[in-house]
Amino acid sequence: MPQDRIRNFSIIAHIDHGKSTLADRILELTDAVSGREMRAQVLDSMDLERERGITIKAQAVRVDWKGHQLNLIDTPGHVDFTYEVSRSLQACEGAVLVVDAAQGVEAQTVANAYLAIENDLELLPVLNKIDLPQANPDAAAVEVAELIGDDPENVLRISAKTGEGIEDVLDAIIERFAAPVGDPESPARALVFDSAYDQYRGVVAFVRVVDGSFGPRERLRAMAQGTRFEAEEVGFFAPTMTPTQSLEAGEVGYVITGLKDVSRLRVGDTLTAEARPATQPLPGYKDVKPMVFAGLFPTDSDEYPELRDALEKLKLNDAALVYEPETSNALGFGFRCGFLGLLHMEIVRERLEREFDLDLLVTAPNVAYRVVAKAGEEIEVHSPSDMPSEVERVEEPYIKASVIVPKEYVGAVMDLCNDRRARFDHMEYLSEERVVLLYELPLAEIVLDFYDQLKSRTRGYASFDYDLSGFREGELVRVDVLIAGEPVDALSLVIHRDSAYARGRALVARLREEIPRQFFDVPIQAAIGSRVIARETVKAKRKDVLAKCYGGDITRKRKLLEKQKAGKKRMKQVGAVEVPQEAFLAVLNLDEAKR
Amino acid sequence: MSGARHLYVHLPFCAYRCGYCDFVTVVGRRGDHGAYAAALLIELDLERPSLADNVETVFLGGGTPTFLEPEALTGLLEALPAAAELTVEANPETVTQALAGGLRRDGVNRVSLGAQSFQPHLLEVLERRASPDVVRRAFYHLRDAQFDNISLDLIYGIPGQSAADLERDLEAALELEPEHLSMYELEAKPGTRFTHAHGEELARQAEAMEDYLERVVDVLRSADYRWYETANFCLEAGRAGGRDLRSRHNLAYWRGRDYLGLGIGAVSTIGDRRWRNAPRLRPYVEALGAGQSPPRELEPLSPEIRVRERAMLGLRLDQPLALASVDAALDEQALTRLEGLALVERRGNAGRATIALTERGRFVGDAVAAELIA
Repeated sequence: MPQDRIRNFSIIAHIDHGKSTLADRILELTDAVSGREMRAQVLDSMDLERERGITIKAQAVRVDWKGHQLNLIDTPGHVDFTYEVSRSLQACEGAVLVVDAAQGVEAQTVANAYLAIENDLELLPVLNKIDLPQANPDAAAVEVAELIGDDPENVLRISAKTGEGIEDVLDAIIERFAAPVGDPESPARALVFDSAYDQYRGVVAFVRVVDGSFGPRERLRAMAQGTRFEAEEVGFFAPTMTPTQSLEAGEVGYVITGLKDVSRLRVGDTLTAEARPATQPLPGYKDVKPMVFAGLFPTDSDEYPELRDALEKLKLNDAALVYEPETSNALGFGFRCGFLGLLHMEIVRERLEREFDLDLLVTAPNVAYRVVAKAGEEIEVHSPSDMPSEVERVEEPYIKASVIVPKEYVGAVMDLCNDRRARFDHMEYLSEERVVLLYELPLAEIVLDFYDQLKSRTRGYASFDYDLSGFREGELVRVDVLIAGEPVDALSLVIHRDSAYARGRALVARLREEIPRQFFDVPIQAAIGSRVIARETVKAKRKDVLAKCYGGDITRKRKLLEKQKAGKKRMKQVGAVEVPQEAFLAVLNLDEAKR
Repeated sequence: MSGARHLYVHLPFCAYRCGYCDFVTVVGRRGDHGAYAAALLIELDLERPSLADNVETVFLGGGTPTFLEPEALTGLLEALPAAAELTVEANPETVTQALAGGLRRDGVNRVSLGAQSFQPHLLEVLERRASPDVVRRAFYHLRDAQFDNISLDLIYGIPGQSAADLERDLEAALELEPEHLSMYELEAKPGTRFTHAHGEELARQAEAMEDYLERVVDVLRSADYRWYETANFCLEAGRAGGRDLRSRHNLAYWRGRDYLGLGIGAVSTIGDRRWRNAPRLRPYVEALGAGQSPPRELEPLSPEIRVRERAMLGLRLDQPLALASVDAALDEQALTRLEGLALVERRGNAGRATIALTERGRFVGDAVAAELIA
């Protein structure tokens, strides 16, 4: 296909603004899928994505419209996957920006729009859901136009649900978006914008060919990682996998690599042909590093091998997931896992529990720290218990956060952000009613309950997005928890010095409630180094005996005993103290008032 | 097999139902008393093969056995097998001079009197109708009828009961010089009217009442009572002319012996079987009227379960258990740990070794058992 007849585009939107439904309609209208065969939302292949209404793994579908080849590249819809989104966008010349005509612009609308603009994409603004009674397309059109510097007149109005206006979208894609401008004669180069693992065929790379062409059985090389393989097959999705003899400059498709591990072919890398290799890779490759870490332990310690196998399998499909074995004195054998962000963590945890039927204990998440030890060497710390006690300097990751709220909640958001060490950057009015607040704050401040707090303080009206902005030094200390004198590694936390005292107190108070009384007094302490900053005691139980036990009570009493026994099995042993698993989650949901 | 040497007979009738009670009781229904007593005797006949020739103890519990029509009660007592210990439970307001004399004549040699408390405000919370004076009068009627083995039931941990209230109750009970005392901590069982009304208050005062059992043991010990089972005390043999005043019937439960239970809701344990009669009166009377066993729930008991139960029950006693009789049920590691915490004690060696809870262990006996029994 000549490049001037090709258009590569994405659809970007805030969650639930109708991205997937629009994609479905486009496929339907272009006959890529017949209505009868169509499974709602074909592009979202995993159940989990469907339930959450988000898309984890991008795919690309080729459709025909009025003599043109249109490639719709799906993007993940969440902040944790910003890098993946940006790679998907890099594979496009344009993006359809979908905005709910009733909701207007939201935080992810802004974030995605900026990301698209940074990638030099043409934007096609579209208001969706105009059929809804509460739709206010005129107001929404003004918001969108203001956001991207366009005329409200140019904003299309559609209903993906009823199908109204979809043809206009397709026509506008051809009219307004640029055609690819690669060099078909140059050495082959293709951007890997996503990959997936298939248990029969290995790693499948989703690619956008920029220069030259790719064919089956060619020897290929990923330029950044240096991974070499032979293309077993090349093709495109229409929407099922369709093999072809050649993927040409400007086209989008897939390459079956036969590789057995997604980590050997990272998103953002450039494929080239060994026979006539390119000298320069495409720009923008980044080795994405996980920023949020948590310990994953099987509730039943016998399930450790199952957890290990499950993580191995997940990793095949999720290059961003990292993990290493971790041994906790309280929780036994498990893994310290690194995630791109909170949603990524939640998705991994849910997949482990659902697809692998595991019962997991996930410790409180923490961020990655860069630590310069007293001795001078620099290390990256992924677990509070690994934080050296003597440090020269600690740096923590910061984020740029944008919060969009109706103006009456600005005060509530500011209060919350002030509590979280946030530095106010600026504020803009999106419309008369809605405001975007921009802050810079430590990632650590949002990993626990920021989002929940934000939602509850704004009655659910706030939308929130963030992007990492780098590492910065902080006055951070490690707070350890000791139960009956034993430090409990899984409860250690790294925290800003100013809030250590209050946080430590709240934590031991909470633990005192969670830890059942034992046969002896159990002191619970929070300490910074050897200095105890808070202390509570779980008093020894004095009486635990059922008064009456005669002939008619024996069965009931025995069953009670058996139940107690079973309950004990779920306890974790810290020294001589039995600690219920729930106690390890105490650090997750400390009362906000106690912070 | 020689059969059970211990017989329990359940008499569910009560004049009214106390709020805290979760026993199988039937209020009123005087017209049914005769039919029920007749049904009991048919059940006894049917179960005779599982009863030993020489029955050691018979216990009439309730309900309120003494609420039964006097003729029905006499008829029943006459028909039951003779036993060395024959106990009847009595509610104070039912004990008249005539009743006391009647019981004595019918061969009853031990009476367990449900006093519960001697303080009007606490009796009211418990919804008991007998005043403290009625309790005392009932006691003296029994003494006058020559009963020399009377047990008093007291309840502690009543909503609103202060430590001083408890002392006063114990004092009042001791003034009567009973041979035996059962001290029950009030259990707010889920679903009872009582829990509905007082559950929250009980939860609130739980910590304040934590040492009540300690106080009870202190006071009764210094009055020469032996704390022979978690909730039971008897006058020291030395103070009772050498008599062992422990409840022989209840000791049988705690030693894991077989027992036969007759009547609605009654439980029997014989060999590898336990069964509980259904709690409803009419189906019980009808089935036995037709010469059939009443509706029952059967629970098979493996040897492992019986050993576990023997350990669980035996550890409630102040006498050490032969280790060999229960060690199959014990977690060896837990045993060592609990010994280290001075909650359990092993004595003697090899074949003659025994195991018992220490004094402190007895106060937390359920928690110890939960850890100790594998």
